[in-house]
Amino acid sequence: MAATVTNVEEIRSRVILGEFGVKNVHTTDFPRNYPGHDDSWDKQKFKKNFRMDIVHLDESSIEFDMVGIDAAIANAFRRILLAEVPTMAIEKVFIYNNTSIVQDEVLAQRLGLIPIKADPRLFEYRNDVEESAEEEGSEIDTIKLQLKIKCSKNPRASKDSSDPQELYLNHMVYSRDIQWVPIGNQADVFSNSSIGPVYDDILIAQLRPGQELDIIMHCVKGIGKDHAKFSPVATASYRLLPEITLLEPVEGEMAERLKRCFSRGVIDLEDINGKKVAKVVNSRLDTCSREVLRHSDLKNLVKLGRVRDHFIFTVESTGILPPEVLVMEAIKVLMAKCQRFLNELDSPDME
Amino acid sequence: MEVLGGTFCDMTPQELAAPVSTVEEKWKLLPAFLKVKGLVKQHIDSFNYFINVEIKKIMKANEKITSDADPMWYLKYLNIYVGMPDVEESFNVSRPVSPHECRLRDMTYSAPITVDIEYTRGSQRIIRNALPIGRMPIMLRSSNCVLTGKTPMEFSKLNECPLDPGGYFIVKGQEKVILIQEQLSKNRIIVEQDRKGAVGASVTSSTHEKKSRTNMIVKQGRFYLRHNTLSEDAPIAIIFKGMGVESDQEIVQMIGTEEHVMASFAPSLEECQKAQIFTQTQALRYLGNKVRRQRMWGGPKKTKMEEARELLASLILTHVPVKEFNFRAKCIYLAVMVRRVILAQGDNKVDDRDYYGNKRLELAGQLLSLLFEDLFKKFNSELKKIADQIIPKQRAAQFDVVKHMRQDQITNGMVNAISTGNWSLKRFKMDRQGVTQVLSRLSYISALGMMTRISSQFEKTRKVSGPRSLQPSQWGMLCPSDTPEGEACGLVKNLALMTHITTDMEDGPIIKLAFNLGVEDVNLLCGEELSYPSVFLVFLNGNILGVIRDHYKLVNTFRLMRRAGFINEFVSISTNLTDRCVYISSDGGRLCRPYIIVKKGLPMVKNKHIEDLSQGYRTFEDFLHEGLVEYLDVNEENDCQVALYEHMITKDTTHLEIEPFTLLGVCAGLIPYPHHNQSPRNTYQCAMGKQAMGTIGYNQRNRIDTLMYLLAYPQRPMVKTKTIELIDFEKLPAGQNATVAVMSYSGYDIEDALILNKASLDRGFGRCLVYKNAKCTLRRYTNQTFDKVMGPMLDATTRKPIWRHSILDADGICSPGERVENKQVLVNKSMPTVTQTPLEGSTQPGQPQYRDVPISYKGSTDSYIEKVMISSNAEDAFLIKILLRQTRRPEIGDKFSSRHGQKGVCGLIVPQEDMPFCDTGICPDIIMNPHGYPSRMTVGKLIELLAGKAGVLDGRFHYGTAFGGSKVKDVCEDLIRYGYNYQGKDYVTSGITGEPLEAYIYFGPVYYQKLKHMVLDKMHARARGPRAVLTRQPTEGRSRDGGLRLGEMERDCLIGYGASMLLLERLMISSDAFEVDVCGLCGLLGYSGWCHYCKSSCHVSSLRIPYACKLLFQEMQSMNIVPRLKLSRYNE
Repeated sequence: MAATVTNVEEIRSRVILGEFGVKNVHTTDFPRNYPGHDDSWDKQKFKKNFRMDIVHLDESSIEFDMVGIDAAIANAFRRILLAEVPTMAIEKVFIYNNTSIVQDEVLAQRLGLIPIKADPRLFEYRNDVEESAEEEGSEIDTIKLQLKIKCSKNPRASKDSSDPQELYLNHMVYSRDIQWVPIGNQADVFSNSSIGPVYDDILIAQLRPGQELDIIMHCVKGIGKDHAKFSPVATASYRLLPEITLLEPVEGEMAERLKRCFSRGVIDLEDINGKKVAKVVNSRLDTCSREVLRHSDLKNLVKLGRVRDHFIFTVESTGILPPEVLVMEAIKVLMAKCQRFLNELDSPDME
Repeated sequence: MEVLGGTFCDMTPQELAAPVSTVEEKWKLLPAFLKVKGLVKQHIDSFNYFINVEIKKIMKANEKITSDADPMWYLKYLNIYVGMPDVEESFNVSRPVSPHECRLRDMTYSAPITVDIEYTRGSQRIIRNALPIGRMPIMLRSSNCVLTGKTPMEFSKLNECPLDPGGYFIVKGQEKVILIQEQLSKNRIIVEQDRKGAVGASVTSSTHEKKSRTNMIVKQGRFYLRHNTLSEDAPIAIIFKGMGVESDQEIVQMIGTEEHVMASFAPSLEECQKAQIFTQTQALRYLGNKVRRQRMWGGPKKTKMEEARELLASLILTHVPVKEFNFRAKCIYLAVMVRRVILAQGDNKVDDRDYYGNKRLELAGQLLSLLFEDLFKKFNSELKKIADQIIPKQRAAQFDVVKHMRQDQITNGMVNAISTGNWSLKRFKMDRQGVTQVLSRLSYISALGMMTRISSQFEKTRKVSGPRSLQPSQWGMLCPSDTPEGEACGLVKNLALMTHITTDMEDGPIIKLAFNLGVEDVNLLCGEELSYPSVFLVFLNGNILGVIRDHYKLVNTFRLMRRAGFINEFVSISTNLTDRCVYISSDGGRLCRPYIIVKKGLPMVKNKHIEDLSQGYRTFEDFLHEGLVEYLDVNEENDCQVALYEHMITKDTTHLEIEPFTLLGVCAGLIPYPHHNQSPRNTYQCAMGKQAMGTIGYNQRNRIDTLMYLLAYPQRPMVKTKTIELIDFEKLPAGQNATVAVMSYSGYDIEDALILNKASLDRGFGRCLVYKNAKCTLRRYTNQTFDKVMGPMLDATTRKPIWRHSILDADGICSPGERVENKQVLVNKSMPTVTQTPLEGSTQPGQPQYRDVPISYKGSTDSYIEKVMISSNAEDAFLIKILLRQTRRPEIGDKFSSRHGQKGVCGLIVPQEDMPFCDTGICPDIIMNPHGYPSRMTVGKLIELLAGKAGVLDGRFHYGTAFGGSKVKDVCEDLIRYGYNYQGKDYVTSGITGEPLEAYIYFGPVYYQKLKHMVLDKMHARARGPRAVLTRQPTEGRSRDGGLRLGEMERDCLIGYGASMLLLERLMISSDAFEVDVCGLCGLLGYSGWCHYCKSSCHVSSLRIPYACKLLFQEMQSMNIVPRLKLSRYNE
């Protein structure tokens, strides 16, 4: 059936952005779906086509291209990054005293969401079997943190001041006030990397004179599936590479308008024989606002598409681990899953 | 302009003199208005008027008490005051009290009422000052409240929220609102048609002393007067003659000498003739026989004629004053009534009862003054009774009335009326229920909405559409959207944003002014002038003042005087051309609202005025005094030409609307773009906004309410309205801005269900706190015993507190921060077994015996103890209040709603990785099914999403004000600038497959409210459990862990299906099966296999019947009906 269609190549490789909907959204290059195409899995071919380019990298985020791979696999990396790469987060909060106006439960939730700088790879999952609140964690699976702060009046504040900043001491509790309490040999093991909140300016609570917090927290290793606080990324997502094709040359005023329909830098105007002619320079920059489709004279001159197997990943780390490490970890998690599946297949219990 | 020196704030004189051109400027009058009048100012004004003015008038009306026993003895009130709220600490020592203390300690926020009196003791005349006679509950923020004139800082010191509107009372620790009551206007002639189509007129007269209703009806072309003191309808001509107008000519002259008027009145005169009544004496004798005798006691016996004269003078049309039996004014009034009916008969110009010009709103002050007057009169008659009783007896000490003035009668009368809401005044035959309601503190909006609520006196059960439907005259006065659904629909209404309700005013100066302006006194007229085509009748508050030739001049001069400030701004004057009348009103309870005055096609308010206003040089009152703005009531509004916008001003325009969005009330004002929504959706949102959780006040954490819902992270709405700013909703919000994707997902979103993002919930979306309280008082009893709180009970072996007492402190009260489980004890209270005073002679037991009566926690989920308060209440009993807290994250079944009447329950909670995401990596918090839109037509929600999205990108808040707000076009242009699609539809990738979705998804922030209905409070199941004592059937209701009823309709289904064994099981075996022994011989119930009637066990067989059936048999036996069971074998 597909063979009769003339634009097989487009259906196979491009997602088309129409005015009223997206066309060709599904992957169709299954083996034997298209006569004349050998779509069977071939490692060599995959090796040849597959590539990853890091476009941008800093300490908190990474942008990289993943080309030549199926959406399911790319999506798997995204999902694993969101939900299955482990981190350390505050799980148990022992409130010895909380006279602030923040309720105990809300305070505990707020504390839980603070990213804790500790390499989760160096810790074990805590055994859930012995579930008792008083259970002290061991040095291999728990980080102990302490928050002990009391607000008081500033004796040196001027009398007629009404600024709380000046009137009180410790009236803003920030994440920097959280102290790490090493358990066992942790002090030696993690001597070079200090454990504690990633950012020290996260506001936890506000206090007024006389109010105090006295809290011990236990951090454990967990995954984002369990609670969003364990998610190592602020977000991880991808988009497909936009592709803009001009079906006919666009000139003059229309070219100006066309340029304005796209994000800056997508379309450039070239001067050819005194006429301004539009040219697609960098379609990657486009945000796919489809603004061009609102212009009835322009919409038939342009084809908006996206490359089906070109994924532009953006991973923003919460700062616990560098983003490139997170991606590596995600790949490892997927590999481990595959390995487990293979083992399962090989196991004699399979009937 | 010269004075200003040419320029003013960088504006040229031309610019300054230019009319207000843009909408943005004019609306600044609104906050200025709200600053002086406020949202609940009506309540406060009315209460202030009562405690400062009205109460003195009441005292004046009842100032002297004399005794029948001693003509020399008297008591005279010289003055009366209401003080500041205080609390009695110990005997004769009191200190000021704050409202919050009253709330916490279950006390009444009240102030002493003191009087100055002059009375005689023996032969002495004594003057006593500041004598307390009772206590008056004080309205918060009224002139006598401690909160008036305080700064926000002082408010916080008093634990009070500066944004709290006030206007309610605190009675026994409960916040009570006296709802605004809507009534038909008093003392006005209402011409109406009865069911048979006959035209009649009725007047409900009301004065301080009396209330009566006079009807005029037409029977067979004759006019009759109907009054409930007359045993039958009296012919109107006889009434005229009874009032001294004996000549028929005079009667007809007064009514009107037009041909058709005379023709329609002729039969009535003829009837009088037939009855042979020609003189006043004859008429009075005739009427005397018709008077219903009611007052038997008091006063010398009167003759029937005197009675009739008395009736005409004081009971019929009581509001028309009759001095020394001069009936002139009353005759004319009656004649005008007859004339109205005759004129209405022709072309059916009957009055509209539902017209808001014919309605008056009764406020707290008026209701309280009725109540107080009643109590004060009762208090005085009690004093008189005591004087009558005691003075004749010779005593050593002289009779001193002060010793008999007891405070509790007035105090309890006021407190009971407000706390129960039952207003029963015998004097006025008034017996109203539900006048007060507990102030709903679910959210700030629900409290505000309650303060503007108006309840109608109509019966809810009556199936009439008239009073329920939207009246054109309520435009701008009452909110068209805010009314409940169901039985109270259209009967409970809410005030619009700028409505003010007038209070009573002195009418003396107005009368004087009217006469000076050329009104001819009605008492000086011969009667025929009333119907002259050249003159207009002038009414003041329903009474005929006189006639005027040039009514244009009268009305115009009157308005000019009012604008100049010579008359009160709330006095209204209006012409009625059909009735040829000029109505002047100065009575209380009229609805009115301010308008900008337009002269010669130009609005009086200019840019410079607004400039002054925003710089604080000018207040709203200045606008009033300078004649730039004036108040119009509903009647006067009808007499004016009001332009909605500047460009609509024509040469006839007299006024300009300040802002059209003020026609909505507080609750409807929260809706962004309400003018794009289908009207019922706005009504639904008005109901739901009151159920939204959020914040209730700055003092919310100091309150110990029976139930309080708070949101952990409330947010300001991205799309706000002017109303939201004006009522400070942004400071006390109730909702969160959720990123919504309008798409279908998984099928768990059918029927308006919502899909929530699990990661959003983890991060705090929709997280709420539920506070409940537990209360306990420790009493002292008459036999010197008292309640005790015991320490926790220790386990014998471990020496640790037993589980039930594990959260108790050593003092026997639970400690803050602890987690309470079901059935654990909060306060380990014990009570003496004997609380009555032992009888004389019986021996006093040495140690009282105690019985445990613990206050324990009931609830399926655990709570935490937020705080414990130990105090004492007004009766000096210990009061322990415990505040319990639960934190809840949204779960499946919790109810959410946007601000467009689009409610839905959570149908599924989806992990973030399964959620769809857009190019920038944003996942929605909520997925909403698009099927919610087509039938509801809530276009406002679509626009809210667009405006919200643009606002988020731009970093600013957009306006969605009614009849204004950010334009869709501008908002969409903003979206394009940030690289988004013009229509707000995004390219979205499925989180499950990783492939793009075939449709573009409408994606952006919408303000969502979490409603108070949560599954946790509703879920219920029972396998076995408690049973009712009487019937042994399972109990009813969730609170009693009741069974789930298989009702009649379900039963019918099973019968129809033929599932007999299932029926037997459901209706008997699983319910109240009972084994009975029945004697086959006599058919009566026996027991233990023995028939007590036959004295044998031969024929006794045992069978199972419902216990309720056995109960029925026994109950019937007790009434001498013998039910007998006839037994036969099943196989026979």
